[in-house]
Amino acid sequence: MKNRTLMSGNEAIARGAYECGVRFASGYPGTPSTEIMESFARYDGVYAEWCPNEKVGLECAIGAALAGTKAMAVMKHVGVNVAADPLFTVSYTGTNGALVIITADDPSLHSSQNEQDNRNYAKFAKIPMLEPADSAEAYAFIKIAFALSAQFDTPVFLRTTTRVSHSKSIVEIADPVPVEDTTQVRFNAPKYVMVPAMARLRRIEVEKRMQALKAFAETFEENRVEINRTDVGVITAGIPYHYAKDVFPDYSYLKLGMVHPLPEKTIRDFASRVDRLVVIEELDPFLEEQIRALGIPVTGKDALPYTNEFDPGVIERALRTAPREESPYVPPAVPPRPPNLCPGCPHRGLFYVLGKLKVFAAGDIGCYTLSFMKPLEGLHACICMGASIGMAHGMSKALGEKGKGKVVGVIGDSTFIHSGITPLLNAAYNRSDCVFIICDNRTTAMTGMQEHPATGFTLQGQPAKTLDFERLAEALGIDQVRVIDPYDIRQTRAVIREELDRSGPSLVISRRACVLFRRAAGPPQKPLRVDPGKCIGCRSCLGLGCPPISWRKFSDQAPDRIVRNAKKQEGNAVIDPQLCNGCTVCQQLCKAGAIVAGEE
Amino acid sequence: MGRPKGGTKGDTPVRSILMAGVGGQGILRASDILCEVMMRSGLDVKKSEVHGMAQRGGCVTSHVRYGASVHSPIAKKGEVGILLAFEKMEALRYLDYLCVEGIAIVNDTEIYPPAVNLGDARYPENVLALLPLPPTSVKMVRAQEMGVRAGNPRTENIVLLGVLSRYLPLDASVWDEVLKASFPAKLVNANLRAFDLGRAA
Repeated sequence: MKNRTLMSGNEAIARGAYECGVRFASGYPGTPSTEIMESFARYDGVYAEWCPNEKVGLECAIGAALAGTKAMAVMKHVGVNVAADPLFTVSYTGTNGALVIITADDPSLHSSQNEQDNRNYAKFAKIPMLEPADSAEAYAFIKIAFALSAQFDTPVFLRTTTRVSHSKSIVEIADPVPVEDTTQVRFNAPKYVMVPAMARLRRIEVEKRMQALKAFAETFEENRVEINRTDVGVITAGIPYHYAKDVFPDYSYLKLGMVHPLPEKTIRDFASRVDRLVVIEELDPFLEEQIRALGIPVTGKDALPYTNEFDPGVIERALRTAPREESPYVPPAVPPRPPNLCPGCPHRGLFYVLGKLKVFAAGDIGCYTLSFMKPLEGLHACICMGASIGMAHGMSKALGEKGKGKVVGVIGDSTFIHSGITPLLNAAYNRSDCVFIICDNRTTAMTGMQEHPATGFTLQGQPAKTLDFERLAEALGIDQVRVIDPYDIRQTRAVIREELDRSGPSLVISRRACVLFRRAAGPPQKPLRVDPGKCIGCRSCLGLGCPPISWRKFSDQAPDRIVRNAKKQEGNAVIDPQLCNGCTVCQQLCKAGAIVAGEE
Repeated sequence: MGRPKGGTKGDTPVRSILMAGVGGQGILRASDILCEVMMRSGLDVKKSEVHGMAQRGGCVTSHVRYGASVHSPIAKKGEVGILLAFEKMEALRYLDYLCVEGIAIVNDTEIYPPAVNLGDARYPENVLALLPLPPTSVKMVRAQEMGVRAGNPRTENIVLLGVLSRYLPLDASVWDEVLKASFPAKLVNANLRAFDLGRAA
C-alpha cells in the first residue's frame, strides 16, 4: 500500500520508526520534539514511555537495545545535555539491537533557553548523525539510522530542527515490515562493563568504527551531488538545502544526508568541479571548519549569520550580488504581541504575590517563566530545567543574613520531577534557608499536557502510581511542607510570608490544575464583569496582566456614559466575557468591590 | 526512498500564502485543511509554523507554499501572494511579506495585546487606512459574525478559508470532501455553512 499523506517531520519520524520495526521509545517532552513520542505511542503494538528526564529516557532505550530490540530515545537539543553522561559511553559499547537518539534543535530559540548546535555532539561523542531536510527525508532517514546502528554497532543521531519537526509536507507511507522478536538476555561483560581496562579496548573499536563510517559516507546515496552551474558549489544539509534551492536553483549542490562523519573524498571531488565553494549552514560553522581543515578553500560564515534560523531571504541577502525583488510595503509600527499566561492561569496569582513581596525568585522552564514580564515581574532568573532550587540555595548561602526571607526557588511539577528532586535533597542536606515553591498544575502544560509521574497515567494511557510531593519532600528531609491554592491570594501571600520568616528550608506546593487541562481543572467558571458604577479606576486588577482585563480611558468614552466614582479617576477597567473564565483572582484584588458575577 | 516527486500539476509555479493571527484563533487547523485540499488537488505543498511555548495570546503565523514542486516551507519577504489576517493588526505586522500584486484578506476583528490592555500602547485606529494596498487588493470580512450565523462562532477560521477559496484555483468538490473529513459529525454542517458564507462574501 502506497499512501500520500501530509505529515510533520515529527509525525514522519514516528511513522518511519514504526514501519521499520521499532517497538520501543522513551523520552521527555520538549519543543520541538514532543510530537515524535506522542504520534509513535499511538501505533499498534509499540511500547513508548515518558520518563522523568532525558537521561533516564536514554538509559531505558540503551537497556532495550541491549536486550536486542530497536530502540529510540527522543529529546530536544538541551535534553541531550541532560543525557550526555550515558551518551558518551554508549558510544563505546554499542548495543545488541539498534539505538537511535533523536535531537530536535531549535535555531532562533522559538521555545528554548539557548540555541546550541547539537551537530557538535556527534563529533564530540563519536556518533554518526543524519540530518533530514523535510518530512519525506525524516521518514526515510529514521529507517536508515536504524539500519546503520545495527550494521556498525553504534548509536546513531537523527537531528532535526524546528522547521523540519514542525513543517508539514507530503510523505509516501508504506506498510510496516513484520517484526521478529530479536530480544534475549545476552551476557558480554567485556563489551558492556566500562571499567577502565575494558573501556580502553572499546575506545579503539570506536575509532575503527568511525573510520568504517567515513568510508561508508563516501558511497552513501543520501550524500547527494547535483551538478548544475559550476561557478558556485554549495555544501549544505537539512532544511537550509531547501531554502537555498528556492533562491539559487541553478547552483551546484552537495547535499549531505549524513553530517558526521563527513565524506572527505566526495567533498574534494565536488570542490574540484566548482569554481567557488560555499557552505550554507545554520548556527555553528560545523561543516565549514572541517572542510577548511581539509585544506579546501571555502566560505560561509563570512556572509551568513551565526545566529537564528535561516529562510530563503536570509540566504539570498547574504549571497546575492545582483539586486533582489523587495516587498513594496513597509509595515507600520504596531504594538508587540508577546505570549502571555492564559486567562485564569493558576500561575498568575502566585507570581503576582511573589512580585509584590519583592523577593528574588530563581525560576525554571515552564509557562510560568513568562511571569518575568510586566506587569507581574515575579520571576528573576531562568537557566535550565531543575536549576531554580540549586540557584536559590546557592544565592541564599552567598548572601547569608542579607538573604534571609529574600530568595525563593520556583519550579513546575514536571520540571521538579525532571531534575528538581536532587537539588531539593541538597537543600535539606546542606541546611538551606530558602523557600522552594512547586507550581503544581498537575501536568506538563507548556508542551501540551503530557503525562508525568505525578499525573496518575502513562504516555499510553495506563493508570500509574502517582508521586506524592508532600511525602517525597518529607523523605528528603524537608520538614516544612505547605500546600496553597494560588486562586486564593490572601492564603498564598500569608503562607509564603510565614515560610520566608522561618529558618530552615521549606517547600510550598502551589496546587491548582492548568486551566486548559480539562481532565483535572473541570469546566470553566462563569465570567466576571466590572460594575462601572463601582470601579474607581485604581488599576489594581490590571496588575495581573490577565488578557480579558483592559483599561478604558474616559477620554476615549462618550461623555454621557462616563461614571466617575473617585476624584482623580481617569478611566475604568473592562472584562471581556468571551475570555474570562471566572478564576476570581482579580475580584480578590478589587478594593472597590467592582468586579462582580452575573449578568449586567 | 519514499521521496514524493512533488505535485502532478506539471509546471504550476510555486506560490505562497501567509496566515497570521493570534493564538487560539484556529489558524493551524485552517492551514492544515488548506494543505490537504491542495495535496488532493494534485499540487505539491509544504507548510510551516512554530508551536510550543505558551502561544495562547501570542502571534501565530502559518506559511503555506504550493505548486508543482516546493522546496522551502517558509516564504521570504516580498513573495507572498495572499496575506490572510485573522486579526486586523496582524495584517499590518506582516505587510512586508506581500508582493507587489499581493492581496490581503482581513478579518475585521480586534484582539488587544497586553500593552494595549494596560493602556501603555494604542491599538491602531484605522487599520484599513494604514494598509498601503490598492483598495481592490484588500478584502475585509466580518468572519466572527458569519461564524455565528453559521451556527458556531468557533467556525470563524473556516469562514476565512471560504473567503480565501475564492482566490485559489481549487475545486469546490475537493474543499467539500476535505471539510467533511476534518470535523466530527456534529460539527460538519456548521463548518460547511461557515465555508459557504465565506465563499459568498
